[in-house]
Amino acid sequence: MKIKLNIGAISEPLQSENFKTGDWGTEWAVVDKEKCAACKVCEQYCPEGCIEVVELNEEKFAVVDYNYCKGCGVCASVCKFEAIRMELKELFKIEVC
Amino acid sequence: MKKVVRGFYSIAYAVKLCKPNVICAYPINPQTEIVENLAEMYANGELGNCRYITAESEFAAASILVGASAAGARTFTATCSQGLILMSEVLYNAAGMRLPIVIANPNRALSAPLSIWNDLQDSMALRDAGIIQVYVESNQEAHDMIPQAYKIAENKRVMLPFMLCLDGFKLTHAYEPIDLLDQELVDNFLPPYTPQAYLTTKRPLAFGCYAPPHIYMEFRVAMQNAMERAKDVMAGVFKEWAEVFGRDWGGHVEVVYPDAKNFVVAMGSLVGLLRKVVDELRKEGLSLGLVKLRTFRPFPVEELRKALGNAEKIIVIDRSVSFGYEGNLSIELKSALYGFSAEIIPMILGLGGRDVPKDFLEKLLRDAVLGREKGGFKGYKEFEEVIP
Amino acid sequence: MRFFGRGHGACQGCGLVIAVRNVLDALEGKCFVVNPTGCLEIISSQYGRNAWNVPYIHSLFDNAAAVASGIAEALKALGREDEGKVVVLAGDGATADIGLTLHGMFDRNHDVIYICLDNEAYQNTGHQQSALTPFGEATTTTPAGKLSLGKMRKKKDMVAIALAHGSPYVATSSAVLPADIRRKVKKAASIEGAKYIQIHCPCVTGWGIDGKDVVRVGTLAIETALYPIVEFERGKLVTVRKVKDRKPVEEYLKLQRRFRHLFTSPEGKKVIAEIQKIADENAKRYGIDLKK
Repeated sequence: MKIKLNIGAISEPLQSENFKTGDWGTEWAVVDKEKCAACKVCEQYCPEGCIEVVELNEEKFAVVDYNYCKGCGVCASVCKFEAIRMELKELFKIEVC
Repeated sequence: MKKVVRGFYSIAYAVKLCKPNVICAYPINPQTEIVENLAEMYANGELGNCRYITAESEFAAASILVGASAAGARTFTATCSQGLILMSEVLYNAAGMRLPIVIANPNRALSAPLSIWNDLQDSMALRDAGIIQVYVESNQEAHDMIPQAYKIAENKRVMLPFMLCLDGFKLTHAYEPIDLLDQELVDNFLPPYTPQAYLTTKRPLAFGCYAPPHIYMEFRVAMQNAMERAKDVMAGVFKEWAEVFGRDWGGHVEVVYPDAKNFVVAMGSLVGLLRKVVDELRKEGLSLGLVKLRTFRPFPVEELRKALGNAEKIIVIDRSVSFGYEGNLSIELKSALYGFSAEIIPMILGLGGRDVPKDFLEKLLRDAVLGREKGGFKGYKEFEEVIP
Repeated sequence: MRFFGRGHGACQGCGLVIAVRNVLDALEGKCFVVNPTGCLEIISSQYGRNAWNVPYIHSLFDNAAAVASGIAEALKALGREDEGKVVVLAGDGATADIGLTLHGMFDRNHDVIYICLDNEAYQNTGHQQSALTPFGEATTTTPAGKLSLGKMRKKKDMVAIALAHGSPYVATSSAVLPADIRRKVKKAASIEGAKYIQIHCPCVTGWGIDGKDVVRVGTLAIETALYPIVEFERGKLVTVRKVKDRKPVEEYLKLQRRFRHLFTSPEGKKVIAEIQKIADENAKRYGIDLKK
């Protein structure tokens, strides 16, 4: 069966979204929505663009898309309200003997 | 309208008629006058929707055209020799990105030693790049070739750069009566460039993506397929040109005296002289024909096998060398004629603008046909190499 | 609207991408991106994994400025200039070394915003030195060894080169100042001509820092005056990011693996003193120290 080959290696936009990089890191960013002031600073700093301030039930707070969060910790380091902490993924909570 | 003009003017004039959008210029002998003429036309507002850019090097000139072509512009530049080699990185890139850039290449020898005079070493160095190469015999043929070049390169089944090769100085600077093309006829023959995929914010695409091993090869096979399709596309365009403009330059190959037992094969302006030489030798009773190779890439294997299938001796005139092996045309022809029993006599001559006089050629060909000549470098002084 | 997709291949905490996202947001996606070979290109434009949602072209390593000039001219010729701005997103190697062909773009003043994403080495190929690698850094081609203390040449002053060419807008910024990036990019978009913005981008892998240290390290680069944040309009210095209590360079250097070798020998200490001199010179030249 023939595959589609774009002439000259041209690519269509936003194909990268098919690749869920959320499994890269050992940690994930966890937002405490009580502390979150929805200031949107984390949105400007996230290298992945996977943290977004959303409105839910008249509350505004930042939400992390765990499909893409690589656990870099940049958002946690810039949050003035200390609303984000980096938490070790379940998978990595192991005892090292 | 017939005018006696110099070769470079006839090329610049033809480019003007094709209504390019971006022209890049960088001076190098003997193409400078082509871009100078275009600059004059530009300065006088004769080029319409065109931007003329004085690039800072040939590498920059070609790169500017890559961006412009990707953005949907019809592009042109002229270069040769050192300039062509300098922009070779970009030309390989443009071919891979399938951008229909048209380049006029007045063939000039390569340094070192520095030479501004004519031979085919420069364009031969780019033969593997995926660029269509046509070699013309006269300025009229060059003038006619420019609109055809755009039509072929921009054809959606081709989409490859096109290099028009003509002998530097010998053609570019020669005066010739040229039947200058009519704008309206060219407009009908060559519509504006309307690429399907180009850089626009209306439809964001990424050009020049990188290809890991699992997919790179497919792109190269696609390029080869495009070259194969180009053979038919070119044949169609050549035919259409003959019908519209009344000048038939032949197909990929022109054969003179097809029933001859022996043939001389050559490219470029030397063919013009060879026509006379072959006629003279035939008067002496020699069975000699002439094969003019117009299209070098894609290499017209079928046409050459058809023309030379029954030949006894084939004299190949080369004006470039693949050092460590042989003249380029000889190598390619031997490969194309694999299985045939003809004796191939390779002659390398006229390098770096070395004069090729008529009687010298006559003697050479006569000796070759009569079995007295085995080939090699011809027309050079015997020397002993020393280190001073 | 997302102009740079998720799922790209950048390292966790990559400074380049922080800068890129803010550049594209500032231009609201109305731009043509020219991106030479480098980290950004590799992580974002693999065939079939394109992360871009703006028109994008990757040509070669050394010709981004020329390709961008070609696009700018083509848009002019075709009457399509209001489609968007032509932006180059190039690494420091692709700008200050092999890409110094950008001088032609400056000379002819093509309408291009040339943004140099400065992570201070050829990071994509594994951290080799470039002209923008700072004094004293250990890279794989200027490693620290018995006879060597790292790169012994200073950062090439690309700002001065751009100004010498008469660029109408020249600025520096940092990935840790996203609002500053956006303001400067918007400013550049409002000016016609060949503009230059150099953005300091911390590199977790190359500099030897953690994602959670990216902002701290980037901020210290500014607070030590090792990376002056300046803005020139028509050749005149219009803004300088001043620093209240300038920190000693050690605080910045000690956090990064690339400078670690300077702390293990007396010769290393001399290099640190040299680096402090560079910082002091920067502070003096641009008036970075906020006078009380």
